[in-house]
Amino acid sequence: MSKEGLRPRYAPTPTPDTEHFWEGTRNHKLLLQRCKDSGTVYFPPRAFCPENGSTNIEVFEASGKAKLISYTINNRQHPSFESPYAIAIVQLEEGPMMMSNIVDCEQTPEALVLDMPLEVTFEKVSDEITVPLFRPAGESS
Amino acid sequence: MTVAVVGASETTELGRIPHLSQTQLHADGAFNALADAGLTVKDIDGIATAGASPVDLTHYLGLEPRWIDGTSVGGCSFLIHVRHAVAALEAGYCETVLITHGESGRSGVGRGGGGGGAASFASQFELPYGPMGPTTLFGIGVLRYMKQYGMTHEQLASVAVAQREWAGMNPRAMYRDPITVDDVLESRVIAYPFHLLECCLVTDGGGALILTNAERAKDFPQPPVYILGSGESVESPMISQMADLTSSRNFRIAGRDAMEAAGIKHADVDHLMVYDAFAHLPIYGLEDLGFVERGEAGPFIEEGNTRPGGRLPLNTNGGGLSYTHTGMYGMFALQESVRQVRGQAPAQVDGVNVSVCLGVGGMFAAGACIVFGKELP
Repeated sequence: MSKEGLRPRYAPTPTPDTEHFWEGTRNHKLLLQRCKDSGTVYFPPRAFCPENGSTNIEVFEASGKAKLISYTINNRQHPSFESPYAIAIVQLEEGPMMMSNIVDCEQTPEALVLDMPLEVTFEKVSDEITVPLFRPAGESS
Repeated sequence: MTVAVVGASETTELGRIPHLSQTQLHADGAFNALADAGLTVKDIDGIATAGASPVDLTHYLGLEPRWIDGTSVGGCSFLIHVRHAVAALEAGYCETVLITHGESGRSGVGRGGGGGGAASFASQFELPYGPMGPTTLFGIGVLRYMKQYGMTHEQLASVAVAQREWAGMNPRAMYRDPITVDDVLESRVIAYPFHLLECCLVTDGGGALILTNAERAKDFPQPPVYILGSGESVESPMISQMADLTSSRNFRIAGRDAMEAAGIKHADVDHLMVYDAFAHLPIYGLEDLGFVERGEAGPFIEEGNTRPGGRLPLNTNGGGLSYTHTGMYGMFALQESVRQVRGQAPAQVDGVNVSVCLGVGGMFAAGACIVFGKELP
């Protein structure tokens, strides 16, 4: 989505509890956490399960498969985006929701169909930060 | 009732802790105190903190509070939280309060992690994707709601139409000219699916309330408006992490507690205010308070039940969509409830004995509900 003349998108500042996630995306892996006591898969990352407080947790790589849950299409100008662009919520196959953008897809209500299958792709923002984005499943980038 | 401390602990380490963020320090102290008390996060139903937002801590720890306190007035804030917690526990607002502190004062890791700092969850996991404030985020769940319940664009637009009717009766409302559903749908698209007339105004203004004991209330020049019940909660600093994009947990908890405390049923409610930053808020509010079943609020408003003459007068000042919206509109919703119970509103509803006022904070991050009454029970 980043084009000539646009500023790079906002690059987050990782914290000790999220560092592994951002290291994962740098290596084009989408990492989630799972509670080994309750089986809860959760996001954003924390050193304990938000369901029961257990620290008996593991990090694992998500399948990268997701579906489109909801979105808005912003018409206003943004320094890092070409308007209009959709701000989306996707649900990962493993359960957690995350905000993202849908790439390789027209940014229209007709093209962005709820529940459409998506797959993760990655966009490098800086040497440290690569963000997970999603595109319609089965299409080449 | 007497209130006691039953768990207390500091963070595991003190001194230099560069491997933990400020939020993690809050959590470390919290888990140690829970262990000290033999409790888990699920036992906590009240949260107070300073430096961070109680919303951040609620989401981070996985709490579901009925009472929150974010009083942040410096280092003595936690003493004040204790005092407020005593009042809340005595009032029965909650049963088990957690008060947390965490500060990466030396290492500065994730400092300012609360309230949108660079290391906050919202900054890490939402900001990169181009949100531009409430117009792009607040309504992000509405397409899902529409798909789930079949709500139409026309029904969403009818929220703005009904409220404009109320505004037309209010000389202080910013926009008073009648509008139609077509007018709303033909207005500029701000962030699909929201049109300009489905977004709140941006205005200047303010207001204030004065409260005292019910025993003294009759000694004042104005008719007293009693607080019959109240409720509150917080959920997540990120709208993408709401447990359900089609309903607000905060509205459900706050509404349930407020109406139970007041001892009222839905049929007892003569007047309703639902904070309407955007047109879907009254839809969510009507359902989460239980006035209609899930998925029924769109048709309910479209059929005219909330407009002048309808059976549930809603947002009778014109609301944030037509009356005024300074940014933190909740004060104006309260003012209209008070006016209606006093019998002094410009668009006065006949015989208002009970008014319910439901407010939102952030983008479904917080919620609160007050039940006002003309009489004490």
